[in-house]
Amino acid sequence: MLGVTYAILFYIATLILVFGVAAKIRTYIRVPAPLKIPTTPAPKTRTGVFWRMFREVVFFESLYKSNKWIWLFGWTFHMSMWLVLMRHLRYFSQPVWGWVEVVQPYGTYAAFGMVVGLGGLWARRFFVERIRYISTPSDHLILALLVGIVLSGAMMRFVVHTDIVAVKVYMLGLMRLQIGFLPSEPVLLAHLFLVAMLMIVFPFSKLLHAPGLFFSPSRNQIDNSREKRHLAPWAAELER
Amino acid sequence: MTAPDNDVPQLSHPLEIPKLKCGAMADSSPYVASPEHQKSVKYPGELLPDWKERALAKMKELAEKNRAFQVYLDACVKCGACTDKCHYFIGTGDPKNMPVARQDLLRSVYRRYFTLAGKYFPKLVGARDLTEEVLDEWYSYYHQCSQCRRCSVFCPFGIDTAEISMAAREIMNVVGKGQKYCNEIIGKVHKVGNNLGLQEKALRATLEDLEEDIEEDTGVSVRIPVDEKGADILLVTPSADFFAEPHIEGLIGYAKVFHEAGVNWTISSYASEAANFGLFIGSYENMREVSLRIRKAAKDLGVKRIIFGECGHAWRVAYSFLNTLAGPWDFLDQNYPIPQHICEFTWDEMQKGTLKLDKTRNDHIRLTFHDSCNVARGSGMGDDEGGQFEIPRNILKAVCNHFYDMPRDTIMESTLCCGGGGGLLTDDLMDLRTKGASPRMTALKQVTEENGVTHMAAMCAICKTQFAKVMPKFGYEMDSVLSVHQLVSNAIVLAGQGDDEEDAHKVAIDAA
Ligand code: HEM
Ligand code: HEM
Ligand code: SF4
Ligand code: SF4
Repeated sequence: MLGVTYAILFYIATLILVFGVAAKIRTYIRVPAPLKIPTTPAPKTRTGVFWRMFREVVFFESLYKSNKWIWLFGWTFHMSMWLVLMRHLRYFSQPVWGWVEVVQPYGTYAAFGMVVGLGGLWARRFFVERIRYISTPSDHLILALLVGIVLSGAMMRFVVHTDIVAVKVYMLGLMRLQIGFLPSEPVLLAHLFLVAMLMIVFPFSKLLHAPGLFFSPSRNQIDNSREKRHLAPWAAELER
Repeated sequence: MTAPDNDVPQLSHPLEIPKLKCGAMADSSPYVASPEHQKSVKYPGELLPDWKERALAKMKELAEKNRAFQVYLDACVKCGACTDKCHYFIGTGDPKNMPVARQDLLRSVYRRYFTLAGKYFPKLVGARDLTEEVLDEWYSYYHQCSQCRRCSVFCPFGIDTAEISMAAREIMNVVGKGQKYCNEIIGKVHKVGNNLGLQEKALRATLEDLEEDIEEDTGVSVRIPVDEKGADILLVTPSADFFAEPHIEGLIGYAKVFHEAGVNWTISSYASEAANFGLFIGSYENMREVSLRIRKAAKDLGVKRIIFGECGHAWRVAYSFLNTLAGPWDFLDQNYPIPQHICEFTWDEMQKGTLKLDKTRNDHIRLTFHDSCNVARGSGMGDDEGGQFEIPRNILKAVCNHFYDMPRDTIMESTLCCGGGGGLLTDDLMDLRTKGASPRMTALKQVTEENGVTHMAAMCAICKTQFAKVMPKFGYEMDSVLSVHQLVSNAIVLAGQGDDEEDAHKVAIDAA
């Protein structure tokens, strides 16, 4: 029964996440950038832009220039999250891919990185006047959601151990459209429920910053406007 | 609307973060365009009864036509990194002048009508209905943004509040609530060809006077040609260069450089304006129409090259957009950048050694340089990344012995706006302009104290006018702001000019 409920939940959440984000990305691709607006100085070649984006995605370069505290907490949170997510791939692959095995030990304590990062970011929403002013309830909720996921995960990892093998069998089953048995441990159920919620809100919330960054004209455009004309289809119409 | 002069903010350093003063600037609002001015830029004369529907329809259209608008509205995570980056926030403390809060004025409405979360849980995501109060608030705060893009440098996603401001202003124009200052000026350009509405005859007379002045000054006849068919170079310069100080000194500088370089050049009376306020109101169509005048002038005069004079936003439109708006420029000489900046030209000539320069003529000046926002963050110069910072500095260092930069976090890509850009250079916004200038003025004071800096060079018509007006409020003479080419003009020794100047030496700067 529990297995079925969570199966339905996860199928729905996955559909919403995949189609929601795909629809957004489709919009971003389709909507033209009518003018060249890279924030200059900007790279003059495609390779240059690739590295600019790389530095933004991997190091949060602009944020680093902007605010060291936000950078510290934000970067710690995100990088720890990637480690945690890589570790999680072991629930979804059989046999577990070699590189996932390799990151396992490094990832174990990443949960603490996430807690520290999220905690710092959340504290700023209360204690820094400017950031308190711009925060809406949804900003707090998303942080709460993530903290909930991390704490429940860490509970399982360090306090009330879960039958990981059973979880893995269940997840692998879901991927093959077979609904199996899910251990009815409250912490696990909470963890999975919150994860499903995160997946559902993703395409409708500011979490769109992840795909959005790649489509930001001020960052992804090449500074070659004098050499190359850059005409949007609707602007070309004006020339008829 | 205009506050007393004693309302000049005192900052202990240029980037001092103020305490929040909610509503401090809620009453700041420029004059609304008259029906006539609205019509001259093809917008409805006054606020339409169905304005709300139209505003929302326009918002939807923008989201479908402009990726930046769409992505920026979605992607902001409210991290707060931009909150202390706006000179208007630093100068006023009004939280709605924090870039993200400025975006939110519009984002909240976008969310309400165009996103699932905003439709069903408005409170949760800070979404709100579009009402007349909201419209007024937009009008006030989107005219407290100089579209300087400083915030976009520091946002981890490059979110550019200028894009949102431009979009908001276009939406307001479409419903019939445009700003007088910008729209009146654009109307004049469409009709006469320049921001001032200066007719051909008056333009010729002004420039002839100027030629006489130069001859009187130097003993050499330096021409400022108008509408000369067959000239090689079309100079497009802000019309302020024809009459305002210190702009006019810059124009004299360009004329001297062209004279020494021995090139054939001309100004066009049809396209006698580099400024393109279409940018400020976010109107592609108006911006295009203004740009097409330059194309027509270039074709009619049969020139081979186009060079732009000192103007910040004009250079952004020229460098970043002109090819798109009014290209392709296949009829021009492809061996030169199209268009080219006067600083690029002058620096080339300096490297070639065609200019005879006497630096000592600027020895009474201890100089710093104000990077104009649109040049710094919206365009480039030369072939290298960051050429827009290097080239003007190279020029200044070649003509002046005493050059000192302001603190690094207030120059180059982090430059602080003069406070008057983006269509805010109007008397009805004087209070805002003064407060917005205070971070830059504070940075200037630092180099005055440390290095005895007396003057600041700028290469933007708006910056120059703004500084000439606000500098006295900060204890500087109004002529402490100089044109970049004014310093060139001072130092240049014209061929045939007084042999008595023994100390004049030819300075050729190595390409290095
Ligand atoms: C390409 C991938 C991603 C990039 C480059 C990225 C980058 C950033 C940056 C630069 C910030 C602002 C600084 C900060 O507060 O940390 C941010 C905020 C945030 N990111 Fe990401 N992110 C990515 C993916 C994700 C994903 C997958 C999630 C969630 C599952 C996420 C959740 C968040 C949250 C919740 C915030 C706001 C934190 C706050 O409230 O201050 N991000 N992200
Ligand atoms: C369907 C997806 C997921 C499943 C099945 C799942 C399952 C689990 C399980 C079984 C554990 C316990 C590990 C152990 O005891 O060693 C765990 C831990 C954890 N989970 Fe998840 N989880 C999922 C998604 C996520 C997501 C999306 C996040 C973060 C955004 C997350 C964050 C964590 C953290 C921080 C830990 C503790 C540290 C660690 O073991 O790496 N989980 N998760
Ligand atoms: S820096 Fe960018 S993402 Fe952060 S609050 Fe400002 S606009 Fe939003
Ligand atoms: S573009 Fe400039 S003026 Fe406008 S919000 Fe950003 S920093 Fe402020």
